[in-house]
Amino acid sequence: MILLDRVTKRYGKNVVALNRISLHVEPKEFVIVVGQSGAGKTTLLRLLTREERPTSGKIIVGGIDYDKLKDRDIPMLRRKIGVVFQDFKLLPNKTVYENVAFALEVVGMSGREIRHTIPKVLDIVNLSGKEKRMPYELSGGERQRVAIARAIVRQPKILIADEPTGNLDPKHAWDVINVLEKINRYGTTVLLATHNQDIVNKLHRRVLTIHGGKVASDRANASYKA
Amino acid sequence: MRRKLTTVLRVFRTGAVNFVRNLSLAIAAMAVMVITLTIVLFSLITNVTFNHEVGQLTSQVDVSVYLNDSTSSTQAEQLITRIKLLSNVKSVNYLDKTQALKSFLAQNSNSPNLAQGVTALGSNPIYATIHIYPKDLDNVGSIENFLTEPANLALQAQGSPSYSGSLKQAIDNIAHATDVLREIGVIAVVVFAVVSILIIFNTIQMAIFNRREELTIMRLLGASTWYIRGPFVVESAIYGLFSALLSVIIINTTFAASSGALQASSLGLLDINYANTYFTNHFAMLLTLQVLIGIVIGAASSVIATQRYLKFKTAR
Repeated sequence: MILLDRVTKRYGKNVVALNRISLHVEPKEFVIVVGQSGAGKTTLLRLLTREERPTSGKIIVGGIDYDKLKDRDIPMLRRKIGVVFQDFKLLPNKTVYENVAFALEVVGMSGREIRHTIPKVLDIVNLSGKEKRMPYELSGGERQRVAIARAIVRQPKILIADEPTGNLDPKHAWDVINVLEKINRYGTTVLLATHNQDIVNKLHRRVLTIHGGKVASDRANASYKA
Repeated sequence: MRRKLTTVLRVFRTGAVNFVRNLSLAIAAMAVMVITLTIVLFSLITNVTFNHEVGQLTSQVDVSVYLNDSTSSTQAEQLITRIKLLSNVKSVNYLDKTQALKSFLAQNSNSPNLAQGVTALGSNPIYATIHIYPKDLDNVGSIENFLTEPANLALQAQGSPSYSGSLKQAIDNIAHATDVLREIGVIAVVVFAVVSILIIFNTIQMAIFNRREELTIMRLLGASTWYIRGPFVVESAIYGLFSALLSVIIINTTFAASSGALQASSLGLLDINYANTYFTNHFAMLLTLQVLIGIVIGAASSVIATQRYLKFKTAR
């Protein structure tokens, strides 16, 4: 599903964010990416959403070779990948419903289909009844669940979550993680970058540790100590 | 096809909704647009009015040819035919002796003594006259050359043609003033248009700068360039539409108020009555023009202003 072959990303001449990283993720896998701040986790995820281009190396996601990707094809690629950010990135002038609907409007789905789909997704993330709230009226956990609803509403094959619990208290953090697990059970490949030791240890999933721009360890059912 | 239609409708609806939701920003942007569009409209009308005033002046200027009493009507007709062939002649008006006398008496109806004196003479002292109206006051030279050819001069009474001397100088002055006024008018309209475009562009750019985060998020969600940009363009076009309507209303009210309040028909150099009539007669055209300018400036500014936030990273 995700293939990285000797990928290097440099910023300027001296900063090496990723150094010849190779990685293979199977469909329906749940991979936790850990590492200290500045280790290269975020860069790795940004390469997958094509927010950044690698300095060298090959990236293939869902059969799409990024070397052959033209600028005008990037929107199409992003429609196939769900992304959840630490700072939520909700559209501030839109309601909960409109935020989730936006992801479907982008792909040209009809109003009827959208009205049919959104209640189901809001139900999955436990936000039924809050459709008309604006983002500033929600708690951090609720905002993150809106962001997740938006990321999964198009039923992407891959979901990328960059520190989705970073701004949340433990209870809300676990709400979010539970939703991610639920989505993974439905068949979506999940890539979760996190700092949270507790989450890593209780999940018992494949753990990829990045250190200094390199893969330090890659173990199934692993626990993690920062 | 259906999807495309859905998307286009969505872009328009989102633009309208954003307009309402960002009303405070919209008011700021529209205030600037209204002021500048009003100035543009006002300078446009002023320019037309000045042109009209200058035209009025110059249409009264002619070159008069006084014919000898010995010149026959056939000779006069031949001369007129040849004058009409000159390239710079707009029109020619011929008055025979009787008509010229009538015209003279009409012009001097305020001084009965003069009229009495003329009639007392018993015979008609006024020459048959050809009035030549030139197209271009700057170039009456060609007409002058023709009229002063010896053969033509022989047909004329003393002191003819009458542009020479002080009148020639007057014609020259008017011609010069016309050109200067016209140039000033055109320059003023162009300068105001450019300044307003810059101000409006800046305002819209600031409005979009405030919402750059939104643009980035939409990009990350896989929205295409025009799906993101469309609502902004629609929103700015709505600014333009409303601003144009408001500017036309302001000008309309100003003219209505000033022509009602001021009994005088002119405000300094500006002939308010003519400006008002011009505005009323060309209302539909001016309204359409203003609306078009407003929409085009608004839309174009937002296209340019969104450009930088929609670029993909290309650095490796």
